[in-house]
Amino acid sequence: MMMRFAFAALAALALAGPARAAVDIKEVTSPGGITAWLVEEHSIPFTALEIRFKGGASLDAPGKRGAINLMTATLEEGAGDLDARGFAEARDDLAARFGYDVGDDEMSISAQFLTENRDEALALLKTSIHAPRFDQDAVDRVRQQVLSIIRSEKTDPNDIAQAEFDARAFGDHPYATSLNGTAESVAALTPDDLRAAKDRVMARDRVFVSAVGDITEAELGALLDDLLGDLPETGAEMPGPAPFDLEPGVHVVPFETPQSVAIFGHGGIARDDPDFFAAYVLNQILGGGSFTSRLMEEVREKRGLTYGVYSYLVPKEHADLYLGQVASANDRMAEAIEVIRAEWQRIRDEGVTDEELEDAKTYLTGAYPLRFDGNARIADILVGMQVTGLDRDYVNTRNAKVEAVTQDDIRRVAERLIQPEALSFVVVGQPAGLVGSN
Amino acid sequence: MKRIAAIALALVAALPAWAAEVTSFSLDNGMDVVVLEDHRAPVVVHMVWYRAGAAEEPPGKSGIAHFLEHLLFKGTDDMAPGEFSDVVARNGGSDNAFTSQDYTAYFQRVAADRLEDMMRMEADRMRDLQLSEADILTERQVIIEERNQRVENNPGALFQEQMRAAQYLNHPYGIPVIGWRHEMVSLGLEDALGYYERFYAPNNAILIVAGDTTPDEVRALAETYYGPLEPTEGLGPRMRPQEPPQTSPRRMTFEDPRVSQPYVSRSYLAEPRRAGAQEDAAALLLLSEILGGDSQTSVLARKLQFDTQTAIYSGAFYDPTSYDDTLFGVSVVPAPGVSLQEAEDAMDRAIAEFIEEGVDAEQLERIKTSIRASEIYAEDSVQGLARRYGAALTSGLTIDDVDNWRSVLEAVTEDDILAAAREVLDPDRSVTGWLMTPGMDETGAAAQPGAQEVTQ
Repeated sequence: MMMRFAFAALAALALAGPARAAVDIKEVTSPGGITAWLVEEHSIPFTALEIRFKGGASLDAPGKRGAINLMTATLEEGAGDLDARGFAEARDDLAARFGYDVGDDEMSISAQFLTENRDEALALLKTSIHAPRFDQDAVDRVRQQVLSIIRSEKTDPNDIAQAEFDARAFGDHPYATSLNGTAESVAALTPDDLRAAKDRVMARDRVFVSAVGDITEAELGALLDDLLGDLPETGAEMPGPAPFDLEPGVHVVPFETPQSVAIFGHGGIARDDPDFFAAYVLNQILGGGSFTSRLMEEVREKRGLTYGVYSYLVPKEHADLYLGQVASANDRMAEAIEVIRAEWQRIRDEGVTDEELEDAKTYLTGAYPLRFDGNARIADILVGMQVTGLDRDYVNTRNAKVEAVTQDDIRRVAERLIQPEALSFVVVGQPAGLVGSN
Repeated sequence: MKRIAAIALALVAALPAWAAEVTSFSLDNGMDVVVLEDHRAPVVVHMVWYRAGAAEEPPGKSGIAHFLEHLLFKGTDDMAPGEFSDVVARNGGSDNAFTSQDYTAYFQRVAADRLEDMMRMEADRMRDLQLSEADILTERQVIIEERNQRVENNPGALFQEQMRAAQYLNHPYGIPVIGWRHEMVSLGLEDALGYYERFYAPNNAILIVAGDTTPDEVRALAETYYGPLEPTEGLGPRMRPQEPPQTSPRRMTFEDPRVSQPYVSRSYLAEPRRAGAQEDAAALLLLSEILGGDSQTSVLARKLQFDTQTAIYSGAFYDPTSYDDTLFGVSVVPAPGVSLQEAEDAMDRAIAEFIEEGVDAEQLERIKTSIRASEIYAEDSVQGLARRYGAALTSGLTIDDVDNWRSVLEAVTEDDILAAAREVLDPDRSVTGWLMTPGMDETGAAAQPGAQEVTQ
């Protein structure tokens, strides 16, 4: 099936927070002191539960790059009395769904379970949190899968571009390298390394929880201690701010493939910056809106240079970036970059029209409540808000913050955020007429 | 087993309490309408599905169905190019469109009180599209870049495209939806309009509205906006060239320097769900789940990744919803040091042993439990439910077939699954492909240890 347009990276980059939606968020605190946000929704007999541990793969110990990723992928490969198959069979017997994932800044556990066997499903989930076995054969099996991914990253143009961008940008910060680790680092990891990795990231002082569905305050409060209470009080120290050392210009990584891919950008703006909302609206106009952004209009609609071009604010935990991406045939990438640079300059010099500003605000405020349309999606939004440090009332005030953005705000933030001379493009492919600046 | 049975019973008994209300009717001009009510959030999804996809394209015009889908955003007698998406965005909504072999679908997700605007615009572009040569030339570059991004830059996609072409000897399913590049570059205005005028008509379309609405509201709006549209006369039944008897196993190797992870893939021609006769497809779906559905408990995982360390990944696939014959497939990614030939042999042995040993009753029961529960989880996404109906109705199925699918799955026995396996796993109707790294020998073994670590 072909899509007119795929939101390649956008989903992950949308603002975590959100809206004046018709959700009643309660804060539940367990007897043991763990808090969670809850939205009760009893119309469908299941619950979506989201657990996040701040720090994510950036908490890998020195020399153990890839340990937290491998640990996360092995949590469901045997726990308590059950080996990998036994665990999967028990989960399927209960018709529960568990997901374990990790990113640069967060490790996540997502669960969906039916009301009729909630206690059994949570008991099983708990074993994977507290008593993962990390059996040697399971670790080896998952390790081979990770090594396969690491090999694939080396011949995928998008992965090559990301790796080059990160390596050039982030010095010796964990952000500079893939969270999968290297073939060498992953080959050396032992089950004990995974146990140590687990204690670095899965700790009570960095856990956030949300639940949405067929569950009450009392029921949720009671299960929190059982599920998470026995975790270590604290984990590894956060890695601290990342440098952003990417030199401006065009960096070409030669790779034989018909279409060049590019990641571009420069420094961004912090999520808690007073001008963040102005920047968010500005980006919506420049490259954040799907078909309606300036970049899509100029690069795709008018010139047919690409299938998709986007820009997005990336307020990471330890670095704030403003990034974009585009893919274009080797003989057309140079023109695509030229147009993107021109748009970067134009919005800095000329700002936006009143109509653009109004349209962007209408879209952003109208789209916000539409995000809250399912238990699993609401749970994801709520836990993201907590990790970001937003309060529960944010869902009611967020749209007003968007509405409040003025032309003065846009001009001020454009001058500060948009830096055409600082733009750096990492291009992978055989782009014609593009001379790398180094 | 007793505990499992108890769960199953509870689920079945509980089901009607929360299932979304489904209503359907037709307009006088032949347009079918399906309404799925879900009042949890003030949101609606508005979709129009055409019973026309890439498999309806004329010979030599591959990609025109998908190209036209892009062009539908270019404007009408009442709307400027791009205005459709602009209006949706200004209303806080999102819109998109999809083309498959069997359908082309357009949808918008908006606040419930904007449904009328969506209908007005979608009805407008069903019959009144206005295209210029300039639109064609620019947008053709976009679809070529889309092909670059999805296929040309991805050796796995190029390999799959070749396998599919080899699988279908006569049916247009062998032609990629995005189109063959050499045909895409010359697609023109007349090609797009020819397809549009024939297939974009109320009597070839299904309207699906899901979310915070009522059948009465949808009927009134649909009669206002879609009701006046003229049907295409003489559309006739959908008749694609069918496959002749396939009598010879096909094999292929595909080598590309950009491949870092070799694998073996095999596809077989297979029965899809048929209206009123979904039993064979149900057995095939359960067969694919048993062989390769779960990464820990499936037959291939157990035999190739647990009992032996032959593979890194293994899987099975089957798409039951298809207008004409579909594909059933298996694939294996060998562990380091295992050649593609060894991986393929091990895969064949595992399947032969499975047919010999039969279906594990507990495994089958677990899969059925998951299917029952998936009905509950599916209620969480009304858009997903709506897509389920759209895909089925454009693949020759009825609403009854959609509603009965779960009970048909429920009724499948171990014997049905084995019979389906014997029927579908016919070498004469298969294509086996090896995706290879450069320098592999004729058994699909890496030239030297560690060779696949070398890049760029």
